[in-house]
Amino acid sequence: MALALAEATPVESIALDVEGVSHRYELDGKSLQVLDNVSLTIAPGEFVALLGPSGCGKSTLLRLAAGLETATTGKVLEDGRPITAPNPDRILVFQDATLFPWRTVRANIATGLEARGLLGEKGFRIDEVLKLVKLEGFADFYPHQLSGGMAQRAALARALVNDPKLLLLDEPFGKLDSLTRLRMQNELLDLWKSAGFTALLVTHDVEEALLLADRVIVLSDRPASIVAEIRVDQPHPRRRDDASLVALRRSLLEKLGISHDV
Amino acid sequence: MSAAVEDTFGGAGRRTLALPFGGVWRNGLFAAGTWSLTAALSYGLPDVISWGATELFAIIMLVGAGIFLALSVTVHRLGGFGRTLIHYGPWFIVLGLWLGVWEVLTAKLGWLPKPFFSPPQGLLHVYITDWDRLLICIAYTGRLWGLGFFSGILVGFAAGVALGWSKRFAYWGMPLLKLIGPVPASAWIPCTFFIFPSVFHASIFLVALASGIPVAILTAAGVSQVNRSFYDVARTLGADNRFLIFKVAIPASLPNVFVGIFMGLYYSFAVLVVAEMLGAKFGLGWYLQFNTAYSAYANVYAALIIMALICAGLVRLLFVARDRLLGWQKGIL
Ligand SMILES: Nc1ncnc2c1ncn2[C@@H]1O[C@H](COP(=O)(O)OP(=O)(O)OP(=O)(O)O)[C@@H](O)[C@H]1O
Ligand SMILES: [Mg+2]
Repeated sequence: MALALAEATPVESIALDVEGVSHRYELDGKSLQVLDNVSLTIAPGEFVALLGPSGCGKSTLLRLAAGLETATTGKVLEDGRPITAPNPDRILVFQDATLFPWRTVRANIATGLEARGLLGEKGFRIDEVLKLVKLEGFADFYPHQLSGGMAQRAALARALVNDPKLLLLDEPFGKLDSLTRLRMQNELLDLWKSAGFTALLVTHDVEEALLLADRVIVLSDRPASIVAEIRVDQPHPRRRDDASLVALRRSLLEKLGISHDV
Repeated sequence: MSAAVEDTFGGAGRRTLALPFGGVWRNGLFAAGTWSLTAALSYGLPDVISWGATELFAIIMLVGAGIFLALSVTVHRLGGFGRTLIHYGPWFIVLGLWLGVWEVLTAKLGWLPKPFFSPPQGLLHVYITDWDRLLICIAYTGRLWGLGFFSGILVGFAAGVALGWSKRFAYWGMPLLKLIGPVPASAWIPCTFFIFPSVFHASIFLVALASGIPVAILTAAGVSQVNRSFYDVARTLGADNRFLIFKVAIPASLPNVFVGIFMGLYYSFAVLVVAEMLGAKFGLGWYLQFNTAYSAYANVYAALIIMALICAGLVRLLFVARDRLLGWQKGIL
């Protein structure tokens, strides 16, 4: 399915290092600590999933990695260099699709290329990613004419068209129905294998994390710190009823504070 | 849905539309009735107060009645235009009645006396006797309004974007704008006289100010209210400031800008009279004042109607432009 993309884009990937990062938001003089001494290293081309309770600071961590925010203390590095500003090499797919309502789906996807003056050179990729997220027929629709899931797929396409070296995904499949979700997970996996970018996926779905990631990191409640790290060595394609995955799932749920019978 | 449409748009018209060819447009017949009634009243009853153009008014009403009579059987063959006519059917009926009542109360009974009130035939008289001067006035006002309005909204838009975008600009500009905003245009007359080389320039400035200020205020509000996440998304996609301003902030605030332009349009018309008070030789505002001074209220009403029609036409044009530019909003609002 991801063939067109696979052939067109041999992408390099980058390493992401988070070193002793703590982050706090200042709100009307009060400060809210969100991250507490988080350290993690993601190798180039690795697929890491972040799990954690709602409001613990997962999105915040992604914003730091995207360069939209600077950590209060600690360092966030790409290939050893500090991340100081956003850069289209590291693209964040936001939790809400946040499509520009005044742009059609096609124009939304074109945003990154347009902003960097690459529309002429790479414009053909727009049709490829449209096909990839199954929105070929909706290129000229405006965001308010899309369903929630379609909007999220369009947002994913808007990131992918830029051939990011690091793809930061904030619950990208949250609004999809379970079938589309499965399909998109497979698409993402194919894409990741063929394009070779580094992926950091925030999700609240333990199974999704286990099916996709090389490594699953579990965060504590706010302020988030890393409470567990699990390596998933199973080769792809993985089966969700695979015995070792089921065991991992149980232990992950326990780490998240949810015991048995779930 | 269709029932609701029928209720609001006048059920009778819609239902006859549904009839096969040859169906009669009943509201057209009624309109022909009220219009010919008014024609008869104007022609038949003697004028208590002389206004002139009595016969011409009766003839025009009669011709109108004839047209409605013809339309009542042919309107269904006129396509879109016909549907518009049918939509306004009830208005045509009432218009005929209203002109009749107005005519009787003023010219025929004299209850509403000269010079304060004028019957429709009085206005007609103004149009046929003073049309050349009115045309010149329209041209003069058009030039003044066009120059003032367009320079006003351009400057207002640019200022609004700057105010909404830049904190430093807003720090100095917003208080000034808030102080200047409520000042009535006539208060500017003394200093504009001093600052501008000619009366014409001063008048343009007043019109520009009236139309520019609401545009500036609303644009600034729009730009500063743009959802921050749009900027975040654009920045992660590699957008620079230029892109953020022109491709994110401005399109996102365009709905607000249009509200400002609509307000500016109304204010600019309201200020025309003041602007032409400065010593213009011609112009609708000048015409209004000149004739008010001579208690020629029929001329005043005649010019007011022209202004109202021009303003309505411009509003209509602006709506078309907005729908073009803001097509993406359909279904959101
Ligand atoms: N811009 C901000 N200013 C102040 N506080 C913020 C800001 N953004 C997030 N927070 C706070 O930081 C905490 C963590 O937010 P974050 O969005 O990172 O959570 P999350 O783990 O992504 O949650 P969820 O799974 O529900 O999306 C929350 O308590 C939130 O209120
Ligand atoms: Mg989140």
